[in-house]
Amino acid sequence: MSWFPASAPHAHAPDSVPRIMGLVLAAAAPALFCGVALFGWPALNLLLVTVITCLLCEAACLRLGGKPPRLFLGDGSAALTGVLLAMSLPPWAPWWVGAVGGVFAIVVGKQVFGGIGQNLFNPAMLARVMLLVSFPVEMTLWLEPRPLFSSQAPGFLEGLAITFGGIPNIDAVSGATVLSHLRTELGLSRELGQILPGRYQPGLAGVGWTGGSAGETSDLLILFGGLWLLWRRAITWQIPVAMLLAVLVLSGGLHLADPRRFAGPEVHLLSGGLMLGAFFIATDPVTSPTTKLGQLIFGAGCGALIYIIRVWGGYPEGVAFAVVLMNAATPLIDHYARPRIYGRTWRGQSRPVPERAKHRAVGSGETE
Amino acid sequence: MNDDYQSIFADGLWHNNVVLAQMLALCPLMAVTTTATNGLGMGLATTGVLLTANIVIAACRNLITQEVRIPVFVLLIAALVSLADMAINAWLHDLYKVLGLFVPLIVVNCAVLGRAEAFASKRAVSASAADGLAMGLGYTLALVAIGGCREVLGSGTLFAHASLLLGDSFAFLEMTLISNYKGFLLMLLPPGGFLVLGFCWPASGCWSGGGNRRWRNGLTRSRPNRNGRRPWLETARK
Repeated sequence: MSWFPASAPHAHAPDSVPRIMGLVLAAAAPALFCGVALFGWPALNLLLVTVITCLLCEAACLRLGGKPPRLFLGDGSAALTGVLLAMSLPPWAPWWVGAVGGVFAIVVGKQVFGGIGQNLFNPAMLARVMLLVSFPVEMTLWLEPRPLFSSQAPGFLEGLAITFGGIPNIDAVSGATVLSHLRTELGLSRELGQILPGRYQPGLAGVGWTGGSAGETSDLLILFGGLWLLWRRAITWQIPVAMLLAVLVLSGGLHLADPRRFAGPEVHLLSGGLMLGAFFIATDPVTSPTTKLGQLIFGAGCGALIYIIRVWGGYPEGVAFAVVLMNAATPLIDHYARPRIYGRTWRGQSRPVPERAKHRAVGSGETE
Repeated sequence: MNDDYQSIFADGLWHNNVVLAQMLALCPLMAVTTTATNGLGMGLATTGVLLTANIVIAACRNLITQEVRIPVFVLLIAALVSLADMAINAWLHDLYKVLGLFVPLIVVNCAVLGRAEAFASKRAVSASAADGLAMGLGYTLALVAIGGCREVLGSGTLFAHASLLLGDSFAFLEMTLISNYKGFLLMLLPPGGFLVLGFCWPASGCWSGGGNRRWRNGLTRSRPNRNGRRPWLETARK
């Protein structure tokens, strides 16, 4: 393809795929370290399994497609998919959950569509949805935080045994997350006033001291990472803000209407994967709309779906489902949320010439 | 038109396979291929209907006028499917309980009407019979292959409950490939059917080799262009 540079002015774009991916990885690192610190060696093993599987699958697919592996492996997108997948899995999940998820994310979620930039769905979330549908038992094994090097935490060898051999005494370690506890107890028609006290402290949950997926518990660190990404302009504000606002408005409104049945906004905002989804997952530039209006619609749709799934759906948490569903709606949103063409109305017709300008034109023609 | 049976069978079984090349009759395929045995049963039932429908329609082809051919084909096929439905219910009742709804639905199986319209309404009875048999066996092949993939991935077995379909002498077919398998639920659900089918199409194209007429322009493996350059590389390095 020959390429003729247009005349000046030129827009300078220092952003490249490896740079963006590096920024996102760096922003996700604190929350990820927090997850590893809270849930011990098994979480780190799982992270290594998903990242290595993703890289191997990417290399194999690139080889099959006749593309140079080094160029595309080096951009970090496959590694980021592995990291995001590990962050969204239960920290003590067995190795094969991570491996199957990694293969599915890269082969079915990404390379089948043609590789980076072509995928319809967020690969990590697609893999998480697939794993949740396929392996409901392993994917809902939550545990209370047991920090690295504390007396409760497994040692390094024990960690290896948990990831690669299975958890020796599952019932002794597992405990429900806030959202699944909420769901079970509300199902028994108990009131919120009896359910939440003792189980849930917003402050601790916000810092990360709560059960959940490996990288989603520390909302504070994720928020810092997300704000840093915004500051570095790796992501735009529209999707996260619309998503969090939608959850805030829905949960706040319904909480005011019936505080005994609907948990307040602080529970919904600081539980589960909402923060991770808002800043790191829904903002994937490939699978989200391109225009600002479209991104607002996309974010609000994600937030509304998350709330609907959490409160009325079949699962206690719905970030992955919501993001994948809105990914599917992205082409439609892009179709309708197009920006106005310069000099034309929103409907695409030429803008009417102002009366004053008409008179001037006519007048100038008639001057002698 | 020559009645070259070899090419009729090659087309039906592989080159013009109902599923892998024509991409027809996918709805029953998604529905029943949770095990290889179900696929085999459905494939054999469809083969029977295809064979008899092709024979009957080829025999009547000079009596049916052009204008009413489609309703007449549908009526003939519906009568044959009703017979097959009752026959399976009577003699293979266990299989009937599994396939249930899908046997009557062979009426709307587009492969049957498709072969009636494309082949049997124009050709002699013997060639049409061969075509029906070949197409049916090709369909059975695809159903068994996809059902087998989904069964192995989904539940770790192969040809489970085959003795119900074929009699106790075929109990040796029932295999448990992976013991203590946790089960991969997605493969048994409809998405598994779409996924396995999606991988089977290019796989069958690769099997046929690059010169295969079906996939001549199919797989987009990037090759150097006339200038010896790879176009995507230029854009990637831009």
